[in-house]
Amino acid sequence: MRLEVDSAAVGYGARVVLAGVSFTLEPGEIGCLLGPSAAGKTTLLRAVAGFEPLLHGAIRGDATVLTGPGVRLPPERRNVGMVFQDHALLPHLDVLGNVRFGLFRQPRRDADARAREMLELVGLADAATRHPHELSGGQQQRVAVARALAARPRLVLLDEPFSSLDPELRERLALDVRAALKHEGVGALLVTHSQAEAFAMADRIGVVGLGRLQQWGRAYDLYHRPANRFVAGFVGEGVLLSGRADGDGRVMTPFGPVRPRDPAVGTGDEVDILLRPDDVIHDDDAPLQARIVARHFRGAEFLYTLELDDGQRVESLVPSHHDHAVGQRIGVRLDLEHVVVFAREGT
Amino acid sequence: MTRHAPPRAGRVASSPWVWLAVALSLPALVPLLATVTALARPDPATLAHLLEFVLPRVAGNTAWLLLGVGLGTALLGTALAALVALCEFPGRRAFSWLLVLPLAIPGYVLAVVFIDLFDFAGPVATWFRGVDGPAMPEVRTLGGLVMVMTLALYPYVYLVAREAFATQGARAIEAARTLGMGPWRAFFHASLPMARPWIAGGTLLVLMETLADFGTVSAFNYDTFTTAIYQAWFALFSTDTALQVAAAMLLLVAALVALEVLSRRRQSFAGVGHGPVARAPLGRWAWCATAACTLVVGMAFVLPVSRMAWNAMRHLADVDARYWQTLANALSLASMAAALTVAAAFVVAMAARDRPGLLTSTTTRLATIGYGLPGALLAIGLYVPVARFSARLSGSFDLGIALQGGLVLLLVAYGIRFMAVAHAPVSGGLLRLRPHLVEASRSLGVTGMRQVRQVHWPLLRGSFATAALLVFVDVMKEMPITLMMRPFGWDTLATRVFELTNEGEWSRAAVPALAIVLAGLVPVILLTRRRGDAA
Repeated sequence: MRLEVDSAAVGYGARVVLAGVSFTLEPGEIGCLLGPSAAGKTTLLRAVAGFEPLLHGAIRGDATVLTGPGVRLPPERRNVGMVFQDHALLPHLDVLGNVRFGLFRQPRRDADARAREMLELVGLADAATRHPHELSGGQQQRVAVARALAARPRLVLLDEPFSSLDPELRERLALDVRAALKHEGVGALLVTHSQAEAFAMADRIGVVGLGRLQQWGRAYDLYHRPANRFVAGFVGEGVLLSGRADGDGRVMTPFGPVRPRDPAVGTGDEVDILLRPDDVIHDDDAPLQARIVARHFRGAEFLYTLELDDGQRVESLVPSHHDHAVGQRIGVRLDLEHVVVFAREGT
Repeated sequence: MTRHAPPRAGRVASSPWVWLAVALSLPALVPLLATVTALARPDPATLAHLLEFVLPRVAGNTAWLLLGVGLGTALLGTALAALVALCEFPGRRAFSWLLVLPLAIPGYVLAVVFIDLFDFAGPVATWFRGVDGPAMPEVRTLGGLVMVMTLALYPYVYLVAREAFATQGARAIEAARTLGMGPWRAFFHASLPMARPWIAGGTLLVLMETLADFGTVSAFNYDTFTTAIYQAWFALFSTDTALQVAAAMLLLVAALVALEVLSRRRQSFAGVGHGPVARAPLGRWAWCATAACTLVVGMAFVLPVSRMAWNAMRHLADVDARYWQTLANALSLASMAAALTVAAAFVVAMAARDRPGLLTSTTTRLATIGYGLPGALLAIGLYVPVARFSARLSGSFDLGIALQGGLVLLLVAYGIRFMAVAHAPVSGGLLRLRPHLVEASRSLGVTGMRQVRQVHWPLLRGSFATAALLVFVDVMKEMPITLMMRPFGWDTLATRVFELTNEGEWSRAAVPALAIVLAGLVPVILLTRRRGDAA
């Protein structure tokens, strides 16, 4: 199903929490709403499912209005599956019964076969006769996914599906769920506050915060071409380094001049440049030196916090054999493929 | 006690709590053994008499009553719970807790009010006779009794069903609807089956209360096991016959308890969540839901309480020295029982915490078994062995002296009956006192009495107060044990209600009954407050 969300607004009662959300999810694509908690992501997801109204705007599936002014198709007629944060498995049914639950219109034999096929797909074929409370959190999650997929929905909604699980389990399960969705060829919309989950699962990600959809795009673009400061801060690590535009399309920085792709800044404007830790390279031959003020060993690399001579701080990822002490000065240079510049606020 | 405690391995052998707990749980064995013995070795002559004249009628009556009240409370409780937890209608939030209020009114008080209002001499029937039309249906019938007990007991089902619907059922409906089911199908296929073990559990509690009930059925002149025990004891003065009836009753009790345990075992939790849940808007039916809830609260609470208040105003002369004495008796019995029972429950809970194992779990089960034993059964089962024992000591079996019993025996009976009521909050409070808290305070040098004062007491006092309050109110409401075992001169509010109803003084019974209801309101209000009732 091609999902279109068109200038949608949601909230609690009449209070708007999230407004002006527009994006399109192509059939078979996995989308993700990423943002801090209480940003209204789940409410929007529940509006797509049909449980909550929209305060404004419309939701269309394959050009049919699901929710819009005066229209609200009940959840059961949308053919949109949902995986709940708390799994919402039925405790009185065994695993097979839960997966078969939505197949009540089919003959029992077909329903059984389809349910077993789905259990196979999520790797729980041998758990069919167990009950939900006998399963681990991760297994319950797989059953919930299998149940949603079994009914051959046009779209699957996942509400913080991994937040109740151990961190080690999350990424693994995210990849498995992605594989299952792709196997069934069904699109999905996921809600999460975890960047790792979003990156692991989604084809398209929308960053939600401050009451708006801040950016809708691929993970790569969010990371390297954030549309604004909120996205730059929420996705990935890094710092903003101040610089001054020289009017020639270049920005002067303590590291020397850099050239943004989009020179939309005037002469003399104070600007901020986004520096990811992997943009700052440790190089003994570099003319610029910076003092180490903190170091964080991550195994394969060090994350050094460096102080430049003008007092600004940057972060640098350095291979872990470069073991330097705090207080030492090391040579650094920039390796910027994407120069992201934000005009200084208030100027 | 933890200050100089050697490492755990060194003190496996003995804990003072354990032996004290075992000793405190033993009295519960007495009524149980007495009735089981009577069951195993019946006196042929007594049994023949009972089988011919008493048991068939009593058993039949009880069966009809259980059937009616069980069905009534299951339907009413489940329907109200589903409305409040799953639907949206005007006044829903208020009804969520208003519907719990009838818990404060014991069945026998509701019976007194309904008979006063609707019996032949009452205002409603009198008015009916004044106008031409259909005859007013007789109230003191099985139908009237079932209605009164259903209105008094439905909150047991309502509370657990509402909890089940609100925590899991609403989400189950949403899951079912994303799978293509309409709202009604989702309710009957997802929510209701999921809540069934809880509904069954609540209904079984109702059945146990119905079986144990003495006051309501005697007001309706409807003979069941409890009234049969009372009549054998106080009309025929045959404690052996009474014990034999109790033994027959025990079979039914055991069956209900077994079913209750079974239903609890099927209450499995999976994916209990607290995300946002959308309640079904009822559209133009919403006001019908409001009307239905209003009718139930009105019939089960507002009407009886206002009628009682009216009657009490008319009989203000009854508030005399005797009334104050009765009130003082009730309050002091309830306070003593509450203090003793909470202390005993604390010992039992501490033992189980100190030495988790078969011994302490058995002790806990035995100590709390009395909640399943109907008061009438417990009274006769405790009284007969004690009377025999004291008779053997003094060499003569003086029924007169033994009948009067003693204050201690009465308090022991209360303790057995209500230990479970105190044990649940006390052991729950102990759970909050996690070992890490005690260890942390020790590592900070806070030990001994200072530790008790700063760690144990602040964490436990809430549950102690809850436990004491619950026992206090239960003793205030208690009728059969008090009636059969109270020492001479220890009339209470409940026994006064019984006397007045026995004399047909329905409206005058309002004076003592109102005090019982007021006491009963306190824990109900606290209970609904603490749950927050976001449901």
